[in-house]
Order: sequence, then structure tokens, then C-alpha cells
Amino acid sequence: MATAETIAITIDKLEMAYGDFVIQRDLNFRIHVGEIFIIMGDSGSGKSTLLRHLIGLQRPSKGEIRYGETSFWGMPEDERRRFSRRFGVLYQSGALWSSMTLAQNIMLPLKEHADYSTKEVAELASFKLSLVGLAGFEDYYPAEISGGMRKRAALARAMALDPEILFFDEPSAGLDPISSRRLDDLILELRDSLGSTIVVVTHELASIFTIADNAVFVDAEARTQTALGNPKELRDHPPSEKVGEFLRRGVSVESKKEAGP
Amino acid sequence: MSSVSPEHLSAGLELLGPTNGILTIKLLGDWAGPSDSVSSASDAVLEAIENAADPNARSGATVRVNLDGAALIGWDTRVLVAIAAASKLAERHNLEMDLQGLPDGMRALLRLARAVPPRGERRSNDEPTQLLALVGQSAIEVGRSLSETNEFLGQSMLSLWRFVRGKAQFLRSDFIEFMQVTGPQALGIVGIINVLLGVILGFMGAVQLQQFGAQIYVADLVALGQTREIAPMMTGIVMAGRTGGAYAAQLGTMQVNEEIDALKTFGFSPMDFLVLPRMLALALMFPLLVLYADALGIFGGYLVGVGMLDISTTEYIEQTRKAIDMGDIALGVVKGSIFGILVAITGCMHGMQSGRSASAVGDAATKAVVSGIIAIIVMTAVFAVLTNILGI
Repeated sequence: MATAETIAITIDKLEMAYGDFVIQRDLNFRIHVGEIFIIMGDSGSGKSTLLRHLIGLQRPSKGEIRYGETSFWGMPEDERRRFSRRFGVLYQSGALWSSMTLAQNIMLPLKEHADYSTKEVAELASFKLSLVGLAGFEDYYPAEISGGMRKRAALARAMALDPEILFFDEPSAGLDPISSRRLDDLILELRDSLGSTIVVVTHELASIFTIADNAVFVDAEARTQTALGNPKELRDHPPSEKVGEFLRRGVSVESKKEAGP
Repeated sequence: MSSVSPEHLSAGLELLGPTNGILTIKLLGDWAGPSDSVSSASDAVLEAIENAADPNARSGATVRVNLDGAALIGWDTRVLVAIAAASKLAERHNLEMDLQGLPDGMRALLRLARAVPPRGERRSNDEPTQLLALVGQSAIEVGRSLSETNEFLGQSMLSLWRFVRGKAQFLRSDFIEFMQVTGPQALGIVGIINVLLGVILGFMGAVQLQQFGAQIYVADLVALGQTREIAPMMTGIVMAGRTGGAYAAQLGTMQVNEEIDALKTFGFSPMDFLVLPRMLALALMFPLLVLYADALGIFGGYLVGVGMLDISTTEYIEQTRKAIDMGDIALGVVKGSIFGILVAITGCMHGMQSGRSASAVGDAATKAVVSGIIAIIVMTAVFAVLTNILGI
């Protein structure tokens, strides 16, 4: 990728903790502009917590997160809140505001943060919905549509402010294989057409190999990152047995050799 | 050789040996049957192993136990539990356990159960909590909730300040809807309760005052009691249950659903967006509700006065007019506004602090209602003392 030199996010000696309980320590990695970066790990490893740190919902106990050159948690709260409008976040459950229709969900950030007329805002919302295949669903409430549609609507909302960086928390959780594949395609298209940087938390192997440029593996037992790089390369040359096993869906390297010709 | 179960339909076993140090336990009958036969059969298995391991046994030292399940008619998980217990016992007595004679499915399940070794220490909940520890824990808990309350109050103040400067973002449609729900839609229940309270107050007074022919003072009693104390307090309690609980449940559910997180990442302050319009709606509607409650309470007293005590309408109204002045009504309205803010604060605070599960939302709603009512009663007492000292 031509843009691979530009660094979008730097995670520097990050430590995450709930009170005295340290979840992960010594996380160090960089996410480049325009890349699809996967945060993977076993259950309970703190992948989603790491995402909450990246989007400003939880303060790191130590270390730093930098967007470009700016220290994210070093900013005063108001500034950080303004800064986070550059992000789009797709939450695990969609997190659409249940008291509003799909169109209103998308229009709210547009109305409050951008200088558009009411007509423009409504048109933009419809267009964003059509991008995710939900044209005509403007006036539906989140409770009236299926889980897969809700996720796509949430994606449309995440893209409302044309974000520089998109975050996805377990995008394929609760989706059938076809919808989940479609979402992967959509993610790839978004990156290619908008040039956004995309950070995905997932443990869905099919997704990981389809979309990832780079990935970090956070280990629940080691409580730190144990692998960093392209998932396919990590699968073929795993830095540790656990990472190899994870990327081969539980098949350890030895047993694979035995089974092989 | 001994047989425990004569008929092969209920769970049983047959012991072969021990010969040459080998004891064979044949499991017989239906181990999926009634509970008592299965449990007595499992006990018999354990007893057989215990006997076999006895170094003083006449039959000589046993080194191996064979389990044979070929004759089983039916089985369920209870057999597995019995075999697992038997294996553990055998291990403790250094006996070899041979499970080859069991059905394949059973062996596979037993293997699965042993695949991951049990967690070292079990989580113990049955340890009795020491009194001192309990006191300490509650003290820490109180301290934490105090500091959380403090933080929430501070944030509400900041939010209010942003509103005053015109910088707070929330939806006007939300605000109007909250006013609708806390105002007009509450008229029914607030009305019924206050009419009835007026009637009760009237009756209580009537019985006493009639004894010395001072029935007319029922009007004073009802009017003063209602405007100064009863109307604001009862409206507060009704609204704590009705609106405080609803606020906590709404915000708690939004917390569970990550909707509040979504607001934050779009750069909205949840305090401004969610809490502020709810608080403003209650603070605006509450004084009006109190005025309405005053009127209906007095009407309740009037029903008693006119219906039971033969006071004429003009007399009653005239007496009421003399009994109260604007000060009394204003006091009630001021109290009402404060109660409104208390209900909004307790409701919103517990909603915002709710955990991320269904039961946590229920807890939040309960806490909101209970602490709202307590706050109102305490505040009423504080007001009673203050007005007495200040002579209002």
C-alpha cells in the first residue's frame, strides 16, 4: 500500500486495568493510514476493552495512544470529545438509539455537528442508508428490523460524519455467514473507496483472512500482545504455538505436520 | 459373588471377584430409572471399591477394578457421576481403574469431563462473612456511592451551566415529550391521590373538631395541611415511583445497549443530551403539579365539609381563603420544585450508573424509587424544622 508509511494510530506502552486488576500491559503497535487492522485474541483477553480505550470510553492506566502526533488522552475532555467526531464506531450490538428512526439516528450527528440544511441532512441520511442496502427503511425503528439490518444501519450511522477512522466491535457477531461475508465485502469497499483507516475487533477467522492487512494478537493468559503482523504470515510462521493454534482454529502445528503427507 | 439387585429392571450391580487381584463390577438394569434405586446402586459401587481396597480383606489385595457396562439397559448422567466418584476413590486407594467394558458413548463423555483439569481453588461463597468485614464493606460502599453522587451532582451543575450559556445539545422533541409524560400524563394519578388525601384529612379533622363544634376549621386544616405539606410530599412520592423509576430504567437500558457509548463517541455529552432535558422537564412540571394537587386536595376537604358537616359552599371557600395566603402556597410550590429536582437526580443518576445487565437495570430502577422517596421524606422533615425556626 502506498500510504503504508503514514501512521494513523500509535499505541505506546499501553496498560489497561479495572482498578488494581490489569487486563493487558505493554501493548505497542502502530496502525497505518488506509489499512485494515485487526485486534484479535481469545475470549476475555480485553480486545473490546482495548477498543474502548482507542475511542475514548476508558482511560488507560498507563501509556499513551496517539492519533498522528496528538496524544489522545492528553487532551482536555472537551477537545477529546470534539476529536472523537473523526471516528465512526460500529458497536457490537449496533447501539442504534432506540427512540429514533433509522433516518433520525443518522441525521442526529449530521444535524448537530455539520452545517447542512435540513433537506441536505435528510438526503444524506437516505444516501448513507442506501450505501448499506437499506434504502426505503428511513422511517423504521431499530426494534422493527432484523439483527443484520440493524448492524448495517449502525454502520451507516458510523459513516455519517465521513470518519477518517472506522472502528468495528465484533462486526460478525450474531450474523449468519452470508450477511457476515457481505459485511466483510462492505468493509473492503469502504476502505478502497473512502481510504479510511479501519480497526476491527474480531475473532472470526474467515473475516480476519479476508480483510486484514495487519493484526495484533492479545493473549488472555500472557496479558500482553504475543503477535503482530499480517495474519496469513502469522498463520504460516506463528511466533508462538498459541497464536498458530488460534489462526488454525485449534489445530496445533505439530498435529498438522503429522496429518500432512 | 453377590448381587444387589434381584430384578434387572431397576439399577443394580453384580460383583465378580476379586480374583487374582481383579474386581469386576457389572452394572445392571436401568440406570436411567427412579432416583432411589440409582442412588443406592451408586452407593453400592463406592462401597464395593472401598471394601476391595481394605488391606485386611480376606480375598487378598486388589490392584484393579474393571467396570463392565455391557448389561446396562439404560443410563443417564447419574451413572457418569457415580463412575467419576468411583474413579476418584479408586485413585485415592491406588487401585487401577479399567473402563474398557463401558459403552463407547459413556467413555467418550468421561474423557471429555476429564479433558480440562478442574480449577485449582474453588470459589467459596459459603464462608460466613465476619461482622467486622461486613461493617467495613458497607462503609467502603457508602463512601463510594457518596463520591459517585458528588460527581454526578457536579456534572449536572456543569451541564446546567452549559444550558444557561446555550451550549448544551439535546433534542427539543425529547424535552417536549418528557414534559408531556411528567406533566399532563401524570394529572390522573396525582389528582386521584390528592382528592383522596383531602378527604382523609377532612375526616380526621372532622371527627375531632365536631366534638367542640368547630367543624368550620376543617377548611383551615385541609387547606393549610394540603398546601404546605401533603401536596408537595405526595406528588413527590408519586412522581418518584412513576417518573424516577422510568428514568432509571430508560437510561439503564441505554447503558446496556451501548447507546450511551454511541452518544459519547459522536461527541455528545450524555449529561446534556439525556439527563438535562429530563431534569428540566421535571423541574418545570413539578410546581404546576403541586398547584394542581393543592386545588384537588382542597376540593377533597370541601366534599367532606359540605357533605358531612353541613358547611355551606360559600362558608367553606371563605374559610379556606382566610386560612391560607400566598406564602403557604409558595412554600409548597418551592418544596415541589426541589422534590422534582431530587426525583430527577436520583432517577437519572441510578440510570447512568447502572451496570450492563438486565438485573442491573432492575436494581437501578429500584434504587431510584427508594432513594427518591427517602430523599423526599428527609427533605420534608428538614423543611418542617426550617420553617418552624424561621417562622414561615
